[in-house]
Amino acid sequence: MTNPNPQSGSPDKEPASEAQAAQNALGNTERASTTTAPKPSEPEPKPSLGRLFLDNLWAANTFTVTLLSLVLAVVVGAVLMIISDPDVLHTYSYITARPSDAFSASWTLVSEAYANLFKGSVFDPEAFAGWLNGSNGWQAVLAPISETLTYAAPLVFTGLAVALAFRGGLFNIGAQGQATIGVILAALAGFLLPLPPGLHLLVAVLAGALGGALWGFIPGILKARAGAHEVINTIMLNYVATYFLTWLIVQNGVQDPKRTDAISKAVDTSAQLPRLLGDNLRVHAGILLAVLATWAVAWLLNRSTLGFELRAVGANPDAARTAGISVTRTYILIMVFSGILAGLGGSNMVLGSTASALTPLVVAQIGFDGILVALLGRVKPWGVLLAALLFGALQAGGNRMQSYSGISLELVTVLQALIVIFIAAPALVKAIFQLRAARAARLQTSLAKGW
Amino acid sequence: MNVLYGLYQPDEGEILVDGKPLKLKGPSDAIGAGIGMVHQHFMLVPVFTVAENIMLGAEQTRGGIAGFLDRRRARREVAEVSERYNLRVDPDAVIEDLPVGIQQRVEIVKALTRDVDLLILDEPTAVLTPQETEELLTVMRSLKAAGKSIVFITHKLGEVKAIADRITVIRRGKTVGTASPEASRDELAALMVGRNVRLTVDKSPATPGDPVLEVAGLVVDDDRQIRAVDGVDLTVRAGEVLGVAGVQGNGQTELIEAIMGLRPVLAGTVSLAGDRIDGWKTKKVLRAGVGYVPEDRSVDGLVKEFSVAENLVLDIYDRPPFGAGLALKPDAITSSAKERIEQFDVRTSSADAPVGTLSGGNQQKVIVARELSRPLKLFIAAQPTRGVDVGSIEFIHSRIVHERDVGTAVVVVSSELDEVIGLADRIAVMYRGRIIGVVGPDTPREEIGLLMAGISPDAAAATDGGPATDAGSASEDEA
Repeated sequence: MTNPNPQSGSPDKEPASEAQAAQNALGNTERASTTTAPKPSEPEPKPSLGRLFLDNLWAANTFTVTLLSLVLAVVVGAVLMIISDPDVLHTYSYITARPSDAFSASWTLVSEAYANLFKGSVFDPEAFAGWLNGSNGWQAVLAPISETLTYAAPLVFTGLAVALAFRGGLFNIGAQGQATIGVILAALAGFLLPLPPGLHLLVAVLAGALGGALWGFIPGILKARAGAHEVINTIMLNYVATYFLTWLIVQNGVQDPKRTDAISKAVDTSAQLPRLLGDNLRVHAGILLAVLATWAVAWLLNRSTLGFELRAVGANPDAARTAGISVTRTYILIMVFSGILAGLGGSNMVLGSTASALTPLVVAQIGFDGILVALLGRVKPWGVLLAALLFGALQAGGNRMQSYSGISLELVTVLQALIVIFIAAPALVKAIFQLRAARAARLQTSLAKGW
Repeated sequence: MNVLYGLYQPDEGEILVDGKPLKLKGPSDAIGAGIGMVHQHFMLVPVFTVAENIMLGAEQTRGGIAGFLDRRRARREVAEVSERYNLRVDPDAVIEDLPVGIQQRVEIVKALTRDVDLLILDEPTAVLTPQETEELLTVMRSLKAAGKSIVFITHKLGEVKAIADRITVIRRGKTVGTASPEASRDELAALMVGRNVRLTVDKSPATPGDPVLEVAGLVVDDDRQIRAVDGVDLTVRAGEVLGVAGVQGNGQTELIEAIMGLRPVLAGTVSLAGDRIDGWKTKKVLRAGVGYVPEDRSVDGLVKEFSVAENLVLDIYDRPPFGAGLALKPDAITSSAKERIEQFDVRTSSADAPVGTLSGGNQQKVIVARELSRPLKLFIAAQPTRGVDVGSIEFIHSRIVHERDVGTAVVVVSSELDEVIGLADRIAVMYRGRIIGVVGPDTPREEIGLLMAGISPDAAAATDGGPATDAGSASEDEA
């Protein structure tokens, strides 16, 4: 029998060279796929490092997809601005006669709107100039950042809540409900318990976490013990939480006695998160807690035995069970931890500076936005933090865009939705930008997993 | 093969059918070109009847009116094809009620109703009894006589030699050689592995010690709450290999899962070195010194997204030195992984590579390495070499025998008779949830084969029909 593998000498050496070959094959798949694609017939030239980097960048890795999704969303947003503005739209009716009118009007509208979005969320050059010539204080320079961080803080928590559950194979739609129960308990602790400063804040924050934990535990145990699907149960519990809040606000002892509308008493100042940059800027210690939580979740996921169990259960519950990991216990723990995070996000809404009393809309949409943040952050803790900052910036900038450019705040919501839609459809983004159809589209699977 | 059937797109190269190049965009193109495929895992809808499954994907409507299925015509087609090729199936039987051998026949009939000229059979014998395999080979011969071409993919050398006219050996995605069926098993094995392999398991006679695993009167249900294990008694001693033979689906899976604490024990007892372990959690059973290689590595054995290193500690991640309290020790995990990779000859680019990128044989070696890396009293290996290349089979077998020789009680469950005969010191044959006989490894294959079909040599145990009689009558027809 002839040796089937020509480049190896004796059959004894075969395993070694085979291992080598496997190693090369495995290690080089990336390079091979990118370099051989343009001219498959030619002998493979050694690519330069820069070339390699560019190739990999354009091979539609998910970072590129994320970035391009942002670009696409901004473009679609611009189109929406143009067609929703009657004056600009009018210039298009005579575009063949004077195209410059249409283009300049469109450009002015869009560029001003996005400039305001930027000025409202990151940096406003006018405020900076004003600070230099003394017409306003340094607070004005930091105001956009302060706003961004204020909006981002609760989203970090709810984003982490959803991401953590996702990694464990559960689709927690209930961050909204968990945040709602969290905000209720945090507020009650905030205005019912007469405690000294410091301790009061701690108790209020923990009460919020406890509320979220409770609201996560219910679908968790239903899933673990009765096999009830967490998507259904968390959605239902969202309703329960929302209407419980609406009912609770108008009860005696909760409702503000000086008001007739649905608003509770205000949280004592001793239970409020301290502001970081003085009373004029809204940014508060919640964002520090958020960073801490991000770090904690990252450690939990990657460096702890619990995280190992959680990821194993998320990726393959059968194998986890066979290896002696209790899948039911892990499901419950995932939902409790997820609930704690969402509850902390909820407490931010009433212990922070956005509001100090319960109203029916006090948690806004942070639970649902958390789902988007988690997806945008590719369900990785630090990614979630960045995504939350982006969403916070969009909201902060959106406020300014509305008041300065007259673009409705809803456009920001549309932008957020578009970003996530593009990210959830990497094939679409790649098709639009003609990206190479390399590996990349792993995100889809992470989406399908929860079901 | 998935490329041939249009499921995957080729990156390069072309497919010629009857000398003409063919572009396949999907399975329907393949069917159109006369290519049919029977997958290793059947693509049948369990709650549909045979006829419904066969028309699936090519639904005929009554009088061309959309929405009205022409079931009668489907039934007629089934009958016609069964008649023509002597493949007996009942068009009105519901798939999930049929034994696997017949389900496979349905797959073949399904392909044939599409008028294929080339039939691809992907590992068709993995789930069959020796008798059913024999029947399948007969069917293949009659298809060949009717002018059909067959591509038969298998790991089993005996079958290849029995049926093939030409043999092509593929290794690591390349054709490494062709052979004629006259080539010896050793020659074929050498081609498949790229070096000479020993096909028989080398082992000295067992020196059994005290009983380690004792199972008495065990009763277990399967997932559908149907009795799967119905009063099993077993004893395995230290330093011996008990082989559990039987056609898949006769309760072996449930028996092992019950021992491992993965499935509730409804009656009876399981003891490990004198301690009752029934009712224990899986983790506790593993901690008590039981190693377990589950039968389906991709479902139960590995987390594909996890790295090789993580999979190597999948059931000991929380034990020192890999975990301390709530914290994992990544360094300890990595360094131990490197050792194991070396020791068990796992071919991987690195310890951090996702285990899903490894070949089946190397994935299996990861599981075996994990389970054999701690002191064991009992080692249970279910289908330890299913879908594994010949080289890895050799290696895994030698590790199992080595484990026996250091005094561990070993249970090997396999539907592959050769494997059981090669490894076991005693063979227990399971049929319909019972141990129908315990025999020595020198027992003639035919006798064990009959036991697997429920026919014990002294008593006509199979009185209630089922696969045995079914198989008997079918082969009579074909004779």
